Amino acid sequence: MAPLLPFNVAVISIVLLLTCANLVSCNNGRRVGDPLEAELSGFSVPLEHSFELDDVAKFQSRGSLLLKTGREPSVSLTQNQLSEDDRSKLKEVAAVDGLYRIRVPRVFLQADRQTEWQMDGYLTAFVRACAMVESHLSDVITLHTDVSGYLIGVSIVTLPGACRGAEVEDEVDLEVFNTTLSIMAPVNAPGPETALFLERMEQESEKKGKNPQEQKSFFAKYWYLILGGAIFLMLTNSAQPPAGGGR
Amino acid sequence: MAKLILLLLKLCILFFAVHAVFEDQVGKFDWRQQYVGKVRFSHFDTQLQSSKKVLVATESNVFAALNSRTGELFWRHVDKTGPEGNIDALLHHAQDAVLVVGNGRMLRSWDINVGGLNWEMLLDTGSFQSACLVGQQGTVKHVAVLKKTVISVHYLSNGHQKWVENLPESETVDYQTVYSGGNGQVFVLGIVPHSHITIVVYSMEDGEIIKQVSVEVSWLSNIPASCAVVGQGMLMCVDSTTMSLNTLDLHQQLQMTQIPLQSLGLEVDPDFHPSLVSHQPNPAQKPLSEFFLQLGPERYLLLQLNNGQIVTLRDFKPALLASFATTGEKTVAAVMSPKNKTACSINLFSADTGRRLLDTTLIFTVDPSGGKPERLHVQAFLKKDDSVGYRVMVQTEDHALTFIQQPGRVMWTREEALSDVVTMEMVDLPLTGTQAELEGEFGKKAAISLDGLLSMVLKRLSSQLIMLQAWIAHLWKLFYDARKPRSQVKNEVSIENLSRDEFNLQKMMVMVTSSGKLFGIDSKTGGILWKHYLDNVPKNAAFKLMVQRTTAHFPHPPQCTLLIKDKDTGLATLHVFNPIFGRKSQVTPPALPQPILQSLLLPFMDQDYAKVLLLVDDQYKVSAFPSTKNVLQQLQEMASSIFFFLVDSSQGRLSGYRLRTDLSTEQVWEVVVPTEVQKIVTVKGKRPNEHVHSQGRVMGDRSVLYKYLNPNLLAVVTESTDVHQERSFIGILLIDGVTGRIIHEAVQRKARGPVHVVHSENWVVYEYWSTKSRRNEFSVIELYEGMELYNSTVFSSLDRPHAPQVLQQSYIFPSSISTMEATLTEKGITSRHLLIGLPSGGILSLPKMFLDPRRPEIISEQSREENLIPYAPELIIRTEWFINYNQTVGRVRGIHTAPSGLESTCLVVAYGLDIYQTRVYPSKQFDVLKDDYDYMLISSVLFALFFATMISKRLAEVKLLNRAWR
Repeated sequence: MAPLLPFNVAVISIVLLLTCANLVSCNNGRRVGDPLEAELSGFSVPLEHSFELDDVAKFQSRGSLLLKTGREPSVSLTQNQLSEDDRSKLKEVAAVDGLYRIRVPRVFLQADRQTEWQMDGYLTAFVRACAMVESHLSDVITLHTDVSGYLIGVSIVTLPGACRGAEVEDEVDLEVFNTTLSIMAPVNAPGPETALFLERMEQESEKKGKNPQEQKSFFAKYWYLILGGAIFLMLTNSAQPPAGGGR
Repeated sequence: MAKLILLLLKLCILFFAVHAVFEDQVGKFDWRQQYVGKVRFSHFDTQLQSSKKVLVATESNVFAALNSRTGELFWRHVDKTGPEGNIDALLHHAQDAVLVVGNGRMLRSWDINVGGLNWEMLLDTGSFQSACLVGQQGTVKHVAVLKKTVISVHYLSNGHQKWVENLPESETVDYQTVYSGGNGQVFVLGIVPHSHITIVVYSMEDGEIIKQVSVEVSWLSNIPASCAVVGQGMLMCVDSTTMSLNTLDLHQQLQMTQIPLQSLGLEVDPDFHPSLVSHQPNPAQKPLSEFFLQLGPERYLLLQLNNGQIVTLRDFKPALLASFATTGEKTVAAVMSPKNKTACSINLFSADTGRRLLDTTLIFTVDPSGGKPERLHVQAFLKKDDSVGYRVMVQTEDHALTFIQQPGRVMWTREEALSDVVTMEMVDLPLTGTQAELEGEFGKKAAISLDGLLSMVLKRLSSQLIMLQAWIAHLWKLFYDARKPRSQVKNEVSIENLSRDEFNLQKMMVMVTSSGKLFGIDSKTGGILWKHYLDNVPKNAAFKLMVQRTTAHFPHPPQCTLLIKDKDTGLATLHVFNPIFGRKSQVTPPALPQPILQSLLLPFMDQDYAKVLLLVDDQYKVSAFPSTKNVLQQLQEMASSIFFFLVDSSQGRLSGYRLRTDLSTEQVWEVVVPTEVQKIVTVKGKRPNEHVHSQGRVMGDRSVLYKYLNPNLLAVVTESTDVHQERSFIGILLIDGVTGRIIHEAVQRKARGPVHVVHSENWVVYEYWSTKSRRNEFSVIELYEGMELYNSTVFSSLDRPHAPQVLQQSYIFPSSISTMEATLTEKGITSRHLLIGLPSGGILSLPKMFLDPRRPEIISEQSREENLIPYAPELIIRTEWFINYNQTVGRVRGIHTAPSGLESTCLVVAYGLDIYQTRVYPSKQFDVLKDDYDYMLISSVLFALFFATMISKRLAEVKLLNRAWR
């Protein structure tokens, strides 16, 4: 057998391939409407949220997403603080196991002009309001785009994600969002790895070529066995009594 | 080459033995049934009196010969699916059968004795209109094919073209029919709607136009539908607006003569389009001057054209179907008339006189679980005393063929509806009566406290008495059978003695066919145990079959629900039935006035152990079935944890909803895939009855890699709208069906569909066509949580903040595939295989082990420890992986897998044109002793050891005693 190669990269490299997301963390608590929107090749879209006791969605502004278009889209976020009323409402909604929803408009990230990006409709996602409260508003929002740069989905999870019924005493914990925001484009699925495989086969055959033992022909390797067999056959033949004309 | 062999050898050595069947196992655990589809044309082979062939050409593009004695196939030819293989016409003469295929693309001649191809001709383009055999001086040597603009005549012997002629004025005239009366002339009839008929007469010799005439006819638009050629070249047409018969002599072509039906004393049923049936026994001779006129859905008339006069020979009322048949010189007319609700009688009449022939009554019993008779195919033959005998093949609405002999003996029935199975389920058989009795005794726990001690004892005694009785009956049967020769003992499976076997290997296959006929088939033998025809099923219906209650809840019968949805309107109906007996259930399903968007079977049950079915209508209102108070209460309690999703592929919209306590819904998430770029083609969830035994995989270093087992995960496959081979792609989205979270998003570039997907456990396998390398490729995605589980006790989509690790690998597959499914076993311990239906008819059982993204490119100690196969880009098809050896399954469309009571065994049904059932053992039969297990040897060794220990013990005692004395 071939000797072992000392490294094992294959698995790790696949894992690495998949982490091609641009992570942007932000928590600057800036007010919406700051003069950031007019930046070159970027535009901002509202990020809205809704948490109601009767679970009928009434979306209000939570902040604004600043999307940088181009080959490698990136995103940053400015968001408001939760007001006094909102904080108490969120706690109430959490108490009845209501939902905390967010939505972003469907946009096209590759558009050059601002008029082009907007399409009709929104993308929505939700978490349980209690998870939002218990995680002290630390959430992870991911925007997903498709191949051509359309925003196709948004997802939100909180960290930690569980609802254990823990009371949040301090109102201050529910004031500022601690958001990790990222934008994910689809990864390229790998095709069959023929080149690497052939290379490996070649290496193996080369190794065999270096080893003279392997190169010997069949007869060269087993001449003694064949010779032994032949002698054995000869012996057994000659040892037989002459036929003597049958029975 | 040497490398390849070496690699193969390595693989062989490294991994498991072969899973092939031995010769003596053929047909032991598997069966196949071959079908042809709904019959479009049929001819009886009349060359010899003793001939047993029925030629059929079907709507499934199959041409076959059936044995008229047994109904089995002599031979079968399966053409391409779709319009390319569509059989336009079947002409039969002596031992040749000529087929026009693919809208006049091909002309083929088959030898009907052996089913071999005589010749095949590629015809000129042009849409096919009509074809006929052309005879001359009593012999038939040519076939004429009429197309939109051209007529061609071919030799019957070799298919060569004798002549081809362009039709005159083909831009304005719509040529529809070709006719030959056997006098060296070919008549082509065309029409300019609401103006005139054009008749072109060609000479058979050289294709010269002998005559070309137009005759004014203002009302006619479709010649084949309302006209027929009768007698000496008389074109007979029926006009439904003026209620008259119109005759036109094709040889003189003067004018149409109108004969009002009222002058014959006839009247047409209102709103019925009357039609004509004529008969030309031999293409070299003129057609009969007798013909049928259908005046109403249940009224036929046998008329005769006599010197331009129409004579009524006989009025058949009521008559369902009528047909002519010829044997020798005699032509008879067979007429089917309803007798009572369950039977029809068929009688023979002399065609020339309309007299009823004596002793020719045949009773056809209409199956109450079948459809109405639709067509009558009559095989007439001369008996020894020169009288006419006959057999009939009745085709019913449910695509069944029934062959009947006088006086009504059914020789065979073919259920051709089974050639188009849409969906199926496998249901456990019920327990035997005695087992059920026991179950009943201990099942009703509530009764115990009420009944008290004495009644329970009585109950126990009575049930044990019943068991004793059954045992004695069984013994008696054994004794009785033992006296009979072995060959006579048959284990006929009938609906009465159905019972679950020891390992639950025998199940009831409930099959739903596109014609709307349901079947219950015994999985062990393939015998049809029940059938039920639903006659109100729309043409383009979609079906969903759900098992609401299994056989496990004894006093309650098992219950299946079939959701039938009209694809156009979205309106749906429910059919609730007992899957073991096929009977319609007494439970009345709810009326569904609104179009249904989604249906989901919830895992919880009502007090009668029926799983709750939720139906979501287009107002996003939810209705439950069964909707008892108990169910509604449970729903209210669980509403906040019931989520469902809807897919609108036309808008690319995936949306999630949550149930509210008042059974309305609220939208909770939405993902929109822009339809300008890609369209959603498949959404696949996991099978609800799937069990995963192991939570993780043990790695080479003894750590555990935990699987991401999300039961709510959906695999969404999209295809690009751009079909250019450089820019086309396939998208794979893994979405959580509860939260709408996109778990993984990948694109396979330079790839094209059709995509086949299997989604199970923590993996998704899909197959696609690579446009770059022009080959089929497989790709596998596996999801892992990592080295530690987030929450090992319970999985909740709402509480899994970390995205799983995603591994993916792709392989080359050397064949295209038709369908794909994964094996399924009871506890999920057995390793998984993929069952792949190939277009060649083979079913390949590919171990999932080969589709593992962790296959290392470079072999290391750890990967070897883990038993990972080194990566090779090509998946090799090994012949012993074909589970159906030489039993090819024609046009396999779907594979259904079901677990059996044995962990090692998975039941497999492949369906398409044929149905094939078998068992597979993905990890070999680790829980079953082999057939040739040597019980004698083992027990004798055991006994010998036992005695040896006894003896040696005794000897040792004696020795000890002796030593003590010394």
